[in-house]
Amino acid sequence: MGEVHEHPTWAIYWKVAVVLTLITVAEVWVYYIPSFVASRLFVPVLLLMSALKFAIVVLFYMHLKYDHRLFRALFTGPLIIGMTTVVALLFLFSKLVIRAGG
Amino acid sequence: MAHPSVAAPPVVVHGHPPTTTGVDHRKVAIWTFIGSECMLFASLISTYLIYKGRSVVGPWPHEWWCRANNVTSAAGPVAGCPAADSFKPILNIPVTSASTFVLLMSSLFMVLALSAVENKDNPPPASAGWWTRLLASSRLWLLMTAIFGTGFLGFQAYEFTSFVHEGLSIRTNLFGSSFFTLTGFHGAHVTAGVLWLLTLLAIDIRRGLRPSDALLVDISALYWHFVDVVWIAIFTLVYLIR
Repeated sequence: MGEVHEHPTWAIYWKVAVVLTLITVAEVWVYYIPSFVASRLFVPVLLLMSALKFAIVVLFYMHLKYDHRLFRALFTGPLIIGMTTVVALLFLFSKLVIRAGG
Repeated sequence: MAHPSVAAPPVVVHGHPPTTTGVDHRKVAIWTFIGSECMLFASLISTYLIYKGRSVVGPWPHEWWCRANNVTSAAGPVAGCPAADSFKPILNIPVTSASTFVLLMSSLFMVLALSAVENKDNPPPASAGWWTRLLASSRLWLLMTAIFGTGFLGFQAYEFTSFVHEGLSIRTNLFGSSFFTLTGFHGAHVTAGVLWLLTLLAIDIRRGLRPSDALLVDISALYWHFVDVVWIAIFTLVYLIR
């Protein structure tokens, strides 16, 4: 017995796959640019691209964009708890630090 | 005449038995399970990140290592290190990039399988082209998803074997322990997903999956895509960020 919701079309699924592939290619490409790896932008850019891929898969392939709000809450709630835990532990173990002043 | 204090019977929505939330319990269950899995993988990823760079000995993920004097170098082989004691960076980015692409494509095939099952009551006309008929084949896309999932596991088996041959096992150092635990857990999830897909494929071959079975495919698809998004995070945090 299926949930009847408006799901994306095949064409959108293919476009999403192309976008995901292009972002993955970009991720690997920047990994091989030594000057970019050495820059401060390297980690934020990689995290941004990864977050974008994550969001695209969740919204389009997992249909969270189209599904019931309850599912959104069931997913994002634990995700936020998990991500907050990761960041808190990284601060606790000095993997992330806030530097005061210049 | 109905008593005014008696609530009206719940309305059956979306073709499943009435529930207090209006959505199918099975789908609520899989999303709850996925939510709990988010926290499991968050703990495994944070363990990896905390231990990153704290190994006492190599091999290291992104640096060269000389066993003779326990010196590491990000630029290239440690100068003056005997060849037998020189270890290259252990992570193989080209191979992992290929396996990432394979897993991403398997997610595409999974949504195509779900779409094919949902649209079985509207089969393409006989005059439709081969591509349209291909898109409507749930068996093909379920099989392709399982094959690509197995391909990903093959890449992982190759990676694990080559790491062990290059001197990194789960007991070698903190990196090895946290890396094999994290990626091993993920690989176990992929294995479970492949078995689930093969079960669906067997049902489809035996009696044919109908649109009324779409929720069964949808639930397995959600699990499969979750395995994919976890890998998206692992690929960046473990393999690409130095």
